[in-house]
Amino acid sequence: MTKAKEEIVALRDVSRYFGGITALSGVDFTCHSASVHGILGENGAGKSTLIKILSGVLKPSAGEVLVEGRPVTYRSTAEAVRDGIVCVFQELSLIPDLSVADNIYIDTPPKRFGLIDRRAQRKQAVELLARLNASEVHPDTLIRDLSLSRRQIVEIAKALAKSPKLLILDEATSALTGKDVDTVYALLSDLRADGVASVFISHRMHEVDALCDRLSVFRNGQHIETFDKGERSDAEIVRLMIGREISAQYPPKPKRQPAPPALEVKNLRWENSLKGVNLKVKAGEIHGLGGLDGQGHKELLLAVFGALKGVEGEIKLHDKPFRPTSPAACKKAGLALIPEDRKTEGLMLNLSIRDNLLLPNYAAVSRGPIIDSRRADDAVRDGVTRLQIKAGDTANPVETLSGGNQQKVVIAKWMMLDPDIVLLNDPTRGIDVGTKQEIFRLMRELADAGKTILFYSTDYAELIGCCDRVSILYDGAVVTVLEGDALTEDAIVAASLNMHERGAA
Amino acid sequence: MIAKPLRRNRGFAAALILFLVLFVVYHILHPRGFSTAVFIQNANETVAIAFVAMAQTIPVLIGGLDLSVGAVMTLTACLASYLVVGTPAQMIFGMFLTLLAGTTFGVMNGLIVVFGRIQPIIATLATGAIAMGLALLLRPTPGGDIDADLNWALTNSVFDFAETYGLADDGNAAWLQPFANIPVPLIILLVVAFGVWTPFKRTVTGRTLYAIGSAESAAKLSGLPVRRAKIAAFGLAGFFASCGGLYLAIQTSSGNADITQAGAYTLNSIAAVVLGGTSLLGGIGGAIGSLVGTGILRVISFYFRILSVDPLIQPLIEGLVLLAAVSLGALRTLRIKNKLEHFR
Repeated sequence: MTKAKEEIVALRDVSRYFGGITALSGVDFTCHSASVHGILGENGAGKSTLIKILSGVLKPSAGEVLVEGRPVTYRSTAEAVRDGIVCVFQELSLIPDLSVADNIYIDTPPKRFGLIDRRAQRKQAVELLARLNASEVHPDTLIRDLSLSRRQIVEIAKALAKSPKLLILDEATSALTGKDVDTVYALLSDLRADGVASVFISHRMHEVDALCDRLSVFRNGQHIETFDKGERSDAEIVRLMIGREISAQYPPKPKRQPAPPALEVKNLRWENSLKGVNLKVKAGEIHGLGGLDGQGHKELLLAVFGALKGVEGEIKLHDKPFRPTSPAACKKAGLALIPEDRKTEGLMLNLSIRDNLLLPNYAAVSRGPIIDSRRADDAVRDGVTRLQIKAGDTANPVETLSGGNQQKVVIAKWMMLDPDIVLLNDPTRGIDVGTKQEIFRLMRELADAGKTILFYSTDYAELIGCCDRVSILYDGAVVTVLEGDALTEDAIVAASLNMHERGAA
Repeated sequence: MIAKPLRRNRGFAAALILFLVLFVVYHILHPRGFSTAVFIQNANETVAIAFVAMAQTIPVLIGGLDLSVGAVMTLTACLASYLVVGTPAQMIFGMFLTLLAGTTFGVMNGLIVVFGRIQPIIATLATGAIAMGLALLLRPTPGGDIDADLNWALTNSVFDFAETYGLADDGNAAWLQPFANIPVPLIILLVVAFGVWTPFKRTVTGRTLYAIGSAESAAKLSGLPVRRAKIAAFGLAGFFASCGGLYLAIQTSSGNADITQAGAYTLNSIAAVVLGGTSLLGGIGGAIGSLVGTGILRVISFYFRILSVDPLIQPLIEGLVLLAAVSLGALRTLRIKNKLEHFR
């Protein structure tokens, strides 16, 4: 306990760019031995990039990484592990078709005569799992057959097996059960007593409060402030995390008349992601979905759109029970889903703009089995004008367009179907402000025309500026519905972190 | 101990049961019942394709496909028809060179796939044609003169092997008798399979193969030697293919650059791999399963012989059996919950 605190890792003026996007800019960050260092920030604040640089997944575009005072440039995670920097990844790094024991000792198995000693490996795995209070996990089970929470425990065991000097936990408790979380807390205290440094990223404020000695707040890729636990109140921390003006222009929100719910979701459950979602969206309403990444938003939209199997619960469209059996059936029922990743799920990048626009609409522009090219031309022209897609020639491949215009193509092709309920999965990610405004304007137009809009965005400002009401999801359920004056950034952040669960803030 | 892996890999277990049933019924139906002569003949007809199927398994495990295995087998057979001649020492050296050549060819495939960033199926389509071209240059017409003793010793029973080389009292030693009737080709096959593949599976490189096929990004995040494992996968495929080529040359005492045969071996190897429970998506299965898969393919064709099935409908039956067998493997997709995963 009384070991002097040494610098384990220090970042000096580190930046990282992805194409034109700055994920981290000029970050200075230090973490010391025998400490637990919490990292806080909104979605896209640069937390994940930071830990990827620490653990050797990414190289910094500029700046210097010092490990125990020595500058390093890691080319792979293996090199970082050799220096004792081990990361428990949020996107699990386990191999589904190998056993638990194989995974824990995947790259450094115990050996005999140059071959993997499976008996020793199994024995060590059993000991490690016992240390994590997870003896019920059999070392010979395949990862594929484990639940998400057990996988997470195996992932932590795998990190521990490498005897880390710096252990990075990226949302490592998000999938764990209460009992496991306690085990991880105890483990982190043990490690701290042994002089190990931990970097802990969590969206659960009370966890960060309970565990960490020091906290660092990140925002927009910049390191804002680092302070010891207790120096700042929760409210101050939230302000540090937000710290910006709402700048974009949004169309004015009209006064809403009471309207019957167009889409109603009752107690929707799916696997580990949806744990009883209740939602009522009125006709003519833009209904926002907020909260931190990975709380079940995407799954909710996919479930409503019939892309998931084994969904339990009730869905009603205009007060009539509706079973979303497949995306095709949902399309017929008047639903449209603007998918999250336009490059893989929304567009055929190397097909022409015209073909992309017509893709879900061929039936409408055909006479019998033959596509009527004049009607098709009209439909394409309509779509292009309506969304003001800036394209020279609609025969060009979609990939020649800018990101914003690509997104407009995705939206336009669904609008041509004249859907009744539009589900938008983070449609404004990575597009410019001008295009965003056009999309917001279109959403409002649709709502005014009596359509129903369910809009998921990772940007709180958009939710506030655009939506009539916002439901905040936390851990697979709606925790709060905000509307009117209660719809503020502070309220969203507080609800996203599920703070009122402790009666704070 | 055996039960667990069997339960783990249902495909392999199903293949093994299917093979055993087919094999036993075959011998019951056979007009002469079980006989050493038939067993030896069958084993001889199985060795080359079994080696090629094992070769195919390894690229399949990393989620690729090697279209050059049949051609590499043919190339090395032609090479062996020149090299495996002369004194016993020279012949052994020739065998070594043959295997080295095949392995080198495989490593070259691996280098092209890893550093050229070309999909395995396309890369090996090209290199397979190159191997075939080299084989044709070596043996424009079938030929070669491999030692008759070697041919006799390796294509018959253990007793014949011992007798040929004057070992164990010309094969009459008492201790040899329990093994005397086992076909030498079967022993060669099992020794290579369990002597090379099984230990390889227990190295970090071997484990990495499975990791790549199962989740390549996770393998990279875990710091596994992904590139090295891919190169090793194709190298080992080349090695097994050249084992097949070497045996084929000794068996026929010659080399023959037969394009049709090379293509047929490649396609049958893929069928054997799938029948043996290896997933074409990678990550699941193994070379031992492919041995069993080969066994199934071969036994089916032996049936045609004893049941005098019209040759015209043989391909139809083979196709139906194959379709039925791989359909069992597809049952796994019924467990997928997010329908979009089907397309990933």
